[in-house]
Formats: sequence, structure tokens, C-alpha cells
Amino acid sequence: MIQDIAVAIVFISYAIGVLMTFGLVLTWVERKQGAIMSDRIGANRAYLRIPFTQVKLVWWGLFHGLADGMKMLLKEDWKPRTHDQLAYTLAPWVAFAPVLLVFAVIPFGGTLRPAELFSAFPVVAEWFGERSYPLQIATLDAGLLVVFAFGGLAVIGAMLAGWSSDNKFSLLGALRAGSQMISYELVMGLTVLGLIVVYGTVDLRSIAQQQSGLLLGVLPAWGVFYQPFAAILFLTAAIAENKRIPFDLPEAESELIAGYFTEYSAMKMGLFMFAEFIEIAIIAALFTTLFLGGYNLPYMNDDGFALPGGLTIGMSHGLVLVTQVVVFLAKVFLMCSFQILVRWSLPRFRYDQLLRFAWRFMFPLALANVAVTVVAVWMIRSWGT
Amino acid sequence: MRDYYNAPKMGWWERAYLPEILRGLSITGGVFMRNMARWMTGRKGALTTYYPEETRADYSPINRGKHVLTQRPDGSPQCVACNLCATVCPAKVIEIETGFDPEDVAHPTFPVQFTIDYSRCVFCGLCVEACPEDAIRMMPEVPSFPGADRRDMWLSLPELLTWNPQKDPAKPYPPKVAR
Repeated sequence: MIQDIAVAIVFISYAIGVLMTFGLVLTWVERKQGAIMSDRIGANRAYLRIPFTQVKLVWWGLFHGLADGMKMLLKEDWKPRTHDQLAYTLAPWVAFAPVLLVFAVIPFGGTLRPAELFSAFPVVAEWFGERSYPLQIATLDAGLLVVFAFGGLAVIGAMLAGWSSDNKFSLLGALRAGSQMISYELVMGLTVLGLIVVYGTVDLRSIAQQQSGLLLGVLPAWGVFYQPFAAILFLTAAIAENKRIPFDLPEAESELIAGYFTEYSAMKMGLFMFAEFIEIAIIAALFTTLFLGGYNLPYMNDDGFALPGGLTIGMSHGLVLVTQVVVFLAKVFLMCSFQILVRWSLPRFRYDQLLRFAWRFMFPLALANVAVTVVAVWMIRSWGT
Repeated sequence: MRDYYNAPKMGWWERAYLPEILRGLSITGGVFMRNMARWMTGRKGALTTYYPEETRADYSPINRGKHVLTQRPDGSPQCVACNLCATVCPAKVIEIETGFDPEDVAHPTFPVQFTIDYSRCVFCGLCVEACPEDAIRMMPEVPSFPGADRRDMWLSLPELLTWNPQKDPAKPYPPKVAR
């Protein structure tokens, strides 16, 4: 029992640490990557000075995120005179918390067997005994359902923020955010349906494990090879759900100042921003788990590599764990980088185009994808028996 | 709906939307990769200049930048504090306080204070044109004044006298010696 709690605490602090780091670093990555893409230098002035020395750690401006955070914490927390007390205070947290909660069901590594990992320390190994822990905070069968349940909560935060700040721009932004997020969430759910049909489960751990097999004897059985169409639709819908640039109508600076968080300042506004950046990481983690083989390298499973020719390479438990955790983080970071590439490349939609795109382009395509998948899976299964 | 003579005609390839999006992403991604490779191999992957640290290479040799006061062989300013530059200055940024020295018969007046306010200077070069003594000139380099206070943008006599050419065809003086 104590062992379970200890492991759970370690996992939770790891998850929160990873998400916060991603949120902080992505603010810098976004600016720096955008700068390099457009032949500029980018944020590079902030530095940490080692106390009592003149050594300045610039590190390509990596500490700009820290400087931003300090700025937001120290700024005046200005409120409009007519704001709604309760909803105004609650809204940033309602927007922020669900984003973090989604990560609870995402597996960030294989199965941890402490007795095997700490075999050099008999005391620790004995204390843990035969227990094994999947590297995941909440091992729920309903993984994907939980993802969508919490993902749907974020819209409440945006709506609350827009309504409670008593500003026409905010309200307009909130209405836009509401209709946009609901539309694209539907598309997102439909695209994932095909994947659920293929894998026969909504448990994210099981989905990740099934992807370490082989497809047609050569390809790794990644979701992106089973459902290439759904992968594109899912990523598009997820970016739209996150209200980022090709779809950032709720925050359209030129029309709505800052959309639903116009009247927020200091760290409350920072929470909205932070939620957006963490959601980039969450979307990347979800995409990795669903379509890119999760925490495994191609042809890799919990015991080592199983290459297409029937060749297997065994790996020690510790090595497998480290590889899986590092590979997961690397995949997530690459997907974050791709989202930032999209953000700096594509022009913004018009609002009518945005909703038409959701309902008249992506929705039928997602439906068609589900229909084709269902028929194909049915045919393959009935042919096999 | 208006008809435009140059309205873009989209074929089925463009209408399919996704290929063109991917093409755009590959262009921007390619630029990113190219610049990133340059940075990682120790070259510069950007077109911009680090402003205070770097100076642009393409300044004209006759660019009108920072002012300098020329000096006599003994190191005193050649300026006779006649106030012509301050009078002609359209931005009224030059302030001169005149001192009087009856001992020096050739140049009885000299500047005690000579300040230029670079926050307002328009770099027109009229002060250089007006000077009868060739006492003020402009260097091609721009003054480097990034600062938190506009009062830091005032240049006074000591800074203006830092110019000490070893060789100057217009004034073949020997180099300044320490007094």
C-alpha cells in the first residue's frame, strides 16, 4: 500500500514537472522556432547570472520563459469594476485544470517492475516484492473517454471568462470559442472512433501496446499507418480545439483585442496562456499515443526489439524503461515542434470559413473515415474466420 | 460577387487543400532546417544584425554618423566656440559654453562645454558644413546609445574628443602625445 502511494507520488510529480517544463520551454521554442523560420535571431537576451560571479548563462535565451513568468507574477492584477466576482476568479482555473488532468490517463512508458529495477539493492527490491506499475498515473479502462470528458471542460473556462469580464469583446470571443471548440471536439471524437474500431479498446495503454506489433509483416503497427486519414483530421481538429493560429478566431487580435481573456491581467492571463502551451504538449502526447506508437520505438516492446525478420534483441528492464521515457518525450517534443511549424506557416481562417470547414468538410470526411474503417474491419474479421 | 480580372483560378489540386498546405509547411520547414543547420555548424542563420554588438557591413564610407571634434597637435579641441554649428543646427541639439583665454593669442576662445543631444539629432551634417575651422566632423559609424534613459544620449566634450587618428590626409599632424 505504502509502495503504491510512493510510486503514485513519483509519477504525479514527474507528470506535473514534465508538463510545466513543456509549458515553460514551449513559450521560448515557439518564439525561437518562428524566428529561425523567418531568418531572424529570436529571443536571446535573458540570462541567469551565477550569484557572486560575472558568469552569465545565456543558453540561447532559454530563460526567457522564466522572465515571462516572473513578469506575469509581479504585474498588477487589474480587474474591471463590473466583473462577476466568482466566475471571474474561477475561469482561469477551469480553463487550466482540465488540461493537466488529461495527462493522467496518458501512458508515458511501459511497465515498471521495481524489484527488477532495484535488484542491486535487495532492501528496496524486497520492499516492493512482486508489484509492477504501468507508467501512467491513472490506469483507467476508459482512457479516451476521460480525455474527451476533460477536454470538453476547457470550453467552460473560456465561456466563463468571456461572460464574467463584462466586456463585449470578451463575450464575442467566448461565443466564438464555444462554438468552435464544440464543433471541433465532435470531429475529434469521430476521427478517434475509427481507431477504437481498429484496436477494439479505449484504454490508451492497450492501444499503445498494440502498436508495438507488425502491420503486413514490415511496417510497425502504428495508428498512423492504420488510419492515416484520421491522423491528419485528428491533428487539425486538435489544433483547432486548442484555438491556435490557423484557427485562433476566439483571440483574433485585430478584431477582438485578445478575445475571451481581454480583461484578464497578470498571472490570471498567464494561466490562460500557460494552459494553451500545455495543451500543445497534451495534444502532442495524445497524438503520439494514438498514432505514433506511444512510448515505443518502431519494432520495440516491453522486452526489447522484435524486428520484422523474426529477429529479437533483448534489453534489460532499466534500459527499456529509460528508452521508453526518453522516446516518449522526444516524440512529444517533435509533435509540439510540428504544431509550432503550422502556427507560423498558415494564415488564419475567416470565421464563417472556420465553421464551414468543421461542419461541411471535416465532419463528413470523419464520418466517411469511420464508415470505411468499420466496413474494412468487418470484412477482414469475417474473412479471417 | 465581383469578378476580378486576376482572380486566382484554382484547379482540383489546389481545391484538395491538403497538398498545398503540405507544400507551404515544407517550404517553411525547409527554411527552418537550412537556418538551423547554419546555426549548428557555427555560421549565422539569420539576416538580422545583433544591434549593439554587431555593425552592419554595408554602411557607406560617407555615411553621416557619430560626431567627433578634431584636435590640435597638443590635444586641445580645434573648435573656437564660434557657435556657428549651434546656430545652423535645425534640431537645435548642439550646446556650447564658450571660455576665454587672453594668453592664447591665436585662439582666444575655446569650448568649455560642447554637448550634442543624440535623442534629437537628425544627422543632417549642416554643423560640419558650417564649421569654419574644420573642427567638427562626422564618422561613418553610428553612435551606440542603447540605454534606459534619454539623458544617457547626451554626448559631451570628453567623448567627442576621443577621436585620435594616427593618419589623416586632411590634417597631417603628428599623433597626439600625452601631456
